[in-house]
Amino acid sequence: MTAAAETYYEKRGLIGTLGRDGLLQIILVANTFIMLAPIVIMVFSAFKTNMEIFQSPFSLPDFTNVANFVKIWTQTNFLRYLANSFIVTGASMVCILTLGTMAAYAIARYQFFGASFILMFFLAGLTLPLKLAIIPLFMLMRDLGILNNQLSLIAVYTAMGLPTTVFIMTGFIRTLPSELEDAARMDGASEARIMWSIMLPLVRPAMVIAGIQNVVPIWNDFFFPLVFIQNDSLKTLPQGLTTFMGEYTTDWGVLFSGLTLSAAPIILIYIMLSRQFINGMTSGAVK
Amino acid sequence: MARLSLRGIKKRFKTTDVLHGIDLEIGDREFVVFVGPSGCGKSTLLRLIAGLDPITEGTFTLNGKSMNDVPPSRRGIAMVFQSYALYPHMDVYENMAFGARLMGLTKAEIEARIDEAARMLRLEPYLKRKPRELSGGQRQRVAIARALVRKPEVFLLDEPLSNLDAALRSDVRLEIARLHRQIGGTMIYVTHDQVEAMTLADKIVVMNQGRIEQVGSPRELYETPANTFVATFIGSPRMALIDVTREGARVGVAGGGSQTLDRMPADANGAFKIGVRPDGLALARGNGGDGFAASVVYTEYLGDNAFVYARLADGTQVGIRTAPGEFYEPDEAVTVTIAPSAAHFFSAADGRRLAA
Ligand SMILES: Nc1ncnc2c1ncn2[C@@H]1O[C@H](COP(=O)(O)OP(=O)(O)OP(=O)(O)O)[C@@H](O)[C@H]1O
Ligand SMILES: [Mg+2]
Repeated sequence: MTAAAETYYEKRGLIGTLGRDGLLQIILVANTFIMLAPIVIMVFSAFKTNMEIFQSPFSLPDFTNVANFVKIWTQTNFLRYLANSFIVTGASMVCILTLGTMAAYAIARYQFFGASFILMFFLAGLTLPLKLAIIPLFMLMRDLGILNNQLSLIAVYTAMGLPTTVFIMTGFIRTLPSELEDAARMDGASEARIMWSIMLPLVRPAMVIAGIQNVVPIWNDFFFPLVFIQNDSLKTLPQGLTTFMGEYTTDWGVLFSGLTLSAAPIILIYIMLSRQFINGMTSGAVK
Repeated sequence: MARLSLRGIKKRFKTTDVLHGIDLEIGDREFVVFVGPSGCGKSTLLRLIAGLDPITEGTFTLNGKSMNDVPPSRRGIAMVFQSYALYPHMDVYENMAFGARLMGLTKAEIEARIDEAARMLRLEPYLKRKPRELSGGQRQRVAIARALVRKPEVFLLDEPLSNLDAALRSDVRLEIARLHRQIGGTMIYVTHDQVEAMTLADKIVVMNQGRIEQVGSPRELYETPANTFVATFIGSPRMALIDVTREGARVGVAGGGSQTLDRMPADANGAFKIGVRPDGLALARGNGGDGFAASVVYTEYLGDNAFVYARLADGTQVGIRTAPGEFYEPDEAVTVTIAPSAAHFFSAADGRRLAA
């Protein structure tokens, strides 16, 4: 280790190495600022009145002034939208992860006619922008009678999430030693039991990756609710928040506090899962 | 009670034939070792017996009942995998309990069996550890203990020691031998290592390219190998095979001298092969006299022994055991003679053993 490090420094020269690494640090720090700035401004603005937002958009607000939050909590449909978002996103994620993992397990492990065709079929979904199919989808949902119904959203999101999930999970399951399943089979476990007791705990890191990959776009999606949902009581957050934008005046403070509250759950989930996420990304790198 | 009988077992993966008809009888409480070069189909045969892969052709019966269509869990067979295949997310106790629970045993019974297995393999201090917190030898023992807990009639072990270092290997080898005496199940054991095969086996099955070359006790295989493959596979350093032609009571090597031999294969006229192990050959300095002219290639000094490798006039390399004090220079001219009682005779055409 030290020997390798020494030769590394010798080759490039100490100054050169520090210079290169330093530059990398600067770029990364700058990138962090660029990424965080909009979020910070959003949170700051949530504590300001309309007037303050336009007079001093970047100043520190008075964090004790929670009038905007009280207003959005009590005087709007925010809670309804939040609940709808949870229902739609939660149900979609459950469908995506269950179906995706089961499909990936079958494709990765069982040899059957057409297995690779089915995988290609799922992967083809990666290349297809679902939004292009909005008109046929609209007609389909209308004929199924689930327009203006959260089932339509759940169905579309599940379809949207499956390709990446199957792709990630198939790749991951193929790296797991199949002798583990053989051992469980010898131990007398049924296929369902093997899936549940052996595979599921082992594929969790990959499921977290697939989950994060899908949860953010679904939570933030504005387009499909806009097309499929008309009832105010069924609207999701991104869609619902737009009703705060008036034709002539907009209460920006309230809107930003709504955005802050709607981003919070995702950020929390991300932080909670980030350790697993990173573990998942580097697993297999070191044995 | 466990008698296994394999009749005409064939295995084909898509288009490649891996096993070409295996016939084998294994008795109750026998310790059978499968040996053979890499890729000869040992693991495949084991997986067929376990029921993890379907048999393409032939029948496998256990105690007279056909097992061809019985799922692995109902065969009463346990397997120890080469890679251990311990469940990484369960601790040692859970690893052992998993199969026992699926058998529908009572809690008390499971506890008792795990205690017993843990004691036999000295695993008590590690029951609460995860597999990744164990050394290779400990993992190996957990894998064996996990198989023990199910009290199977038949144990399958696929190269169980191949990941261990030399010292640990001989320890665990002794443990397996002790275990077999203690629990008395039928054991089928796959290995590359002929020391393992010779020391553990009641019966060795030598396989090559999907066929059985010979079945027999270690002694039978060593003393009366059925063909040149078995002859060179068993024994280390390997048996030398010398192509000779018969000239009356003498045998000669092409362009390299001859010697008298008072034993000859009964039905060989002309050319055949003589197989001799290193201690059936003698070495003398210089060329000439009775024997085969050769030149020394190198000497292997092992402390209590030394082996000299020499090349005969026709290019065959032979190993000769000598006293450790004697030194031979590379390229030194020597004469090699065969002790007639140590000679094995094989057909030049198909390598089969010829009676003397
Ligand atoms: N699933 C499979 N599909 C196709 N060929 C296979 C498959 N499994 C094994 N084989 C082939 O069957 C042959 C025997 O393999 P097997 O694993 O039984 O060898 P082995 O004797 O156990 O070798 P080793 O000592 O290296 O473990 C090999 O040539 C291998 O390539
Ligand atoms: Mg093998």
